[in-house]
Amino acid sequence: MKIGIIVFPGSNCDRDVRWATEGCLGVTTSFLWHEATDLNGYDAIVIPGGFSYGDYLRCGAIARFAPVLNSLISFVNKGGKVLGICNGFQILTELGLLQGALTRNKNLHFICDKANLSIESTKSSWMKNYKKYDAISLPIAHGEGRFQCSSDVLKKLQDEDSVALRYKDNPNGSINDIAGITNKNGNVLGMMPHPERACDDALGNIDGKSILSTLLS
Amino acid sequence: MSLFQARVFVHLRPSVLDPAGEATRSATKRLGIDGVTQLRIGKSIELEIEAKNKDDARSKIELMSDRLLANPVIEDWTLEFKNEQKALKN
Repeated sequence: MKIGIIVFPGSNCDRDVRWATEGCLGVTTSFLWHEATDLNGYDAIVIPGGFSYGDYLRCGAIARFAPVLNSLISFVNKGGKVLGICNGFQILTELGLLQGALTRNKNLHFICDKANLSIESTKSSWMKNYKKYDAISLPIAHGEGRFQCSSDVLKKLQDEDSVALRYKDNPNGSINDIAGITNKNGNVLGMMPHPERACDDALGNIDGKSILSTLLS
Repeated sequence: MSLFQARVFVHLRPSVLDPAGEATRSATKRLGIDGVTQLRIGKSIELEIEAKNKDDARSKIELMSDRLLANPVIEDWTLEFKNEQKALKN
């Protein structure tokens, strides 16, 4: 079992993810620099939060051209598991591996808070430790987390059971209270909340552990 | 090869909420200006590009706009050329 964490210039949650996967769960984890191209031998790839390449043009817009992401597309097509957290979610939408887009929060604030969430789909193996409508709470920290998509795409997401997580008390104006989605096959999960910040008892919340511990089996 | 100057305007699609634009619109009232019914903020990208001719320049900039400068899920863009410069010495 081996996890790779993609590191861009400007990523800042990469070490947090490693602490969660290796420090708290004991899974062998290594960092993958954005110029890496070889993803052989990895069971799952995590794209962490942060501000890839500074996010100057749009969140995730520059990152999508990183060499490592070409390899990631093949990795996904072979059924490899990918988790994009926060900026990672933004990158996955820019890359087209997930639908929709993430835009500026409705209230214009950078929100750093705890969000109450509901598990909306257990299609994805990332969510297999949960039952539908389980309630969890995870930290959020984002300025551009308002999920947007056309009504056609929204219907498609719902028809395909691809809405993975919803906010119980929508903090940012996301359409349909969406906090996280999967691709059609369920092997790619993108979410704005941070499961890696809720894996250690010392932090007072271990609700994120179940998502990451699916990597152990 | 010639050098072309162009400007790409990237703006949110009308259906997408623009909270930054709304916040700026409310500031116009504080300035004492009434009657601003809509204000939306976009990006202006000015660039110079070497190309065989204007059509070649246009197709390069269109690709760039679709793939990099704008996200077609939430944004539209328009392109305008400025003065064309003389052929480059290569």
